[in-house]
Amino acid sequence: MNTKKALFEYCIRIGDNSMILGHRLSELCSRGPILEEDIAITNISLDLFGQCRNILTYAGEVEGKGRNEDDLAYHRPEHEFRSVLLTEQPNGHFGTTMARQMLFSVFHYYFYKELSKSNDVHLAAFAAKSLKETMYHMRHSSEWIIRLGDGTEESHEKMQEGLNKMWSYRHELFEKDAVDEHLIELGIAVDTAKFKDAYEKQLEEIISRATLEIPEEGWRATGGRIGHHSEYMGHILAVFQSLARAYPDAKW
Amino acid sequence: MEDVERLEAFQAKIDREEKIEPKDWMPAEYRKHLIRQISQHAHSEVIGMQPEGNWITRAPSLRAKVVLLAKIQDEAGHGLYLYCAAETLGISREELLEQLHSGKAKYSSIFNYPTLNWADMGAVGWLVDGAAIVNQVSLQRTSFGPYSRGMVRICKEESFHQRQGYEIMATMAKGTPEQKRMAQEALDRIWWPALGMFGPHDKDSPNTGNAMKWKIKRETNDELRQKFIDKTVQQAEVIGLTVPDPDMKWNEDKGQYDHGEIDWEEFMNVVRGKGPCNAQRLEHHKKAHDEGRWVRDAATAYAKKQQSKKQVA
Repeated sequence: MNTKKALFEYCIRIGDNSMILGHRLSELCSRGPILEEDIAITNISLDLFGQCRNILTYAGEVEGKGRNEDDLAYHRPEHEFRSVLLTEQPNGHFGTTMARQMLFSVFHYYFYKELSKSNDVHLAAFAAKSLKETMYHMRHSSEWIIRLGDGTEESHEKMQEGLNKMWSYRHELFEKDAVDEHLIELGIAVDTAKFKDAYEKQLEEIISRATLEIPEEGWRATGGRIGHHSEYMGHILAVFQSLARAYPDAKW
Repeated sequence: MEDVERLEAFQAKIDREEKIEPKDWMPAEYRKHLIRQISQHAHSEVIGMQPEGNWITRAPSLRAKVVLLAKIQDEAGHGLYLYCAAETLGISREELLEQLHSGKAKYSSIFNYPTLNWADMGAVGWLVDGAAIVNQVSLQRTSFGPYSRGMVRICKEESFHQRQGYEIMATMAKGTPEQKRMAQEALDRIWWPALGMFGPHDKDSPNTGNAMKWKIKRETNDELRQKFIDKTVQQAEVIGLTVPDPDMKWNEDKGQYDHGEIDWEEFMNVVRGKGPCNAQRLEHHKKAHDEGRWVRDAATAYAKKQQSKKQVA
């Protein structure tokens, strides 16, 4: 396995997750349940786009073909994106948004914690910075899940419904393939299997504090890593890339 | 104390340039005027998130996207300070929002126009925030303490937004022919509504009298509008764009620009709810508010439960 190619692939996996989830959250701007929460969700979106920019820029450097963050974000076709299906799922109601965020942010927390020890200096520094942001995302979404779960009867039901919907998408975050194996061996990538149990345990704890039930497992989402996305993805990119692609010669 | 004496003391305080604070005595009319003005200002910040929000998901570069998102987030923050300032006058956020939804409270009519191309993100920052700053710089000296302090903070961020908007406009104006077309077209559409942001002519402005006496307002609508025009026309020239006013001419004697007349009939129509996006903007806000009710209720219920648990313990 070519290390440079593997590292490029590894970086765009990280970057695409942040980009697509950042995009979903950005759709909520001016639609929050209360102004304070509108600001908080935009904050998380901004953090994710910041992470996306950093890591896509680095991916472009690693690749060495002169592609920058915008070439990668705006001029790749859908099948070249590596986001997990969880990040692509529609916002739904606020409970669904928070369930999606919690499942992702708790993962992101453990992931960055490990990645900050990477032998790749750039990745390690990137992860250390992102970890701080992610701790806030994790706390924010977990607290909402507890509040909504243990709030009113209506919110309890809605929160459970949102959690059920998102639940089985989490497994894809832990998928491992030859790219991971190669980079794990070099001490560059994170072995996510190491923290799967801790992740599950933390989810159980949040769910229990929220007085909710652990959902039944449904379809185990998969496909993002080989470019087989959810149907939503094409629509996301159709919007996201529309202006940049309509005027490819323009500088903005 | 008799009301007359109180009123005299109140006016004397204002004349000495001391700030009025929430707990100070104030005439009912002063309170009413401030609630109206501050809430209108807060609602404008919040409704103003929508026309710019229209382009977040389509921003043409990642940098442009985060700059725009951060700007809109700042506006939400401004809305928040201003709601808090209004609340110090004894009205709740829920009441303020009810007034917005019922149409009793207004917001700036500029946000009832659509944003149709990316250059609008430049034009809004440059012209709309630019006009807002002229107004707000003046309001930094307003007589009500919380409003004045809020304005100081808001002005810093707004001038940053204005520069960012102008930067987008300049980039577009120097860009491809298509980009230049978008830039000029955005200026053509937004120029007149931006001038309208200063309100009717002084002679037709029903709220100016007391507001000047109480130093809520320090300069009149026409004075502020003129200031804005004088600084903006040249900025347009520098980047090769033309302000859509054939009567715009530098007047050497007055040391300011003469300009054409605003279409006041259109202005009044939009104020009365008959603008291109009035219904859309209100509906959007109401929908988010209604859909968020169960979340707010849950947060309140949860906080109460925690409170009673603490008391038991």
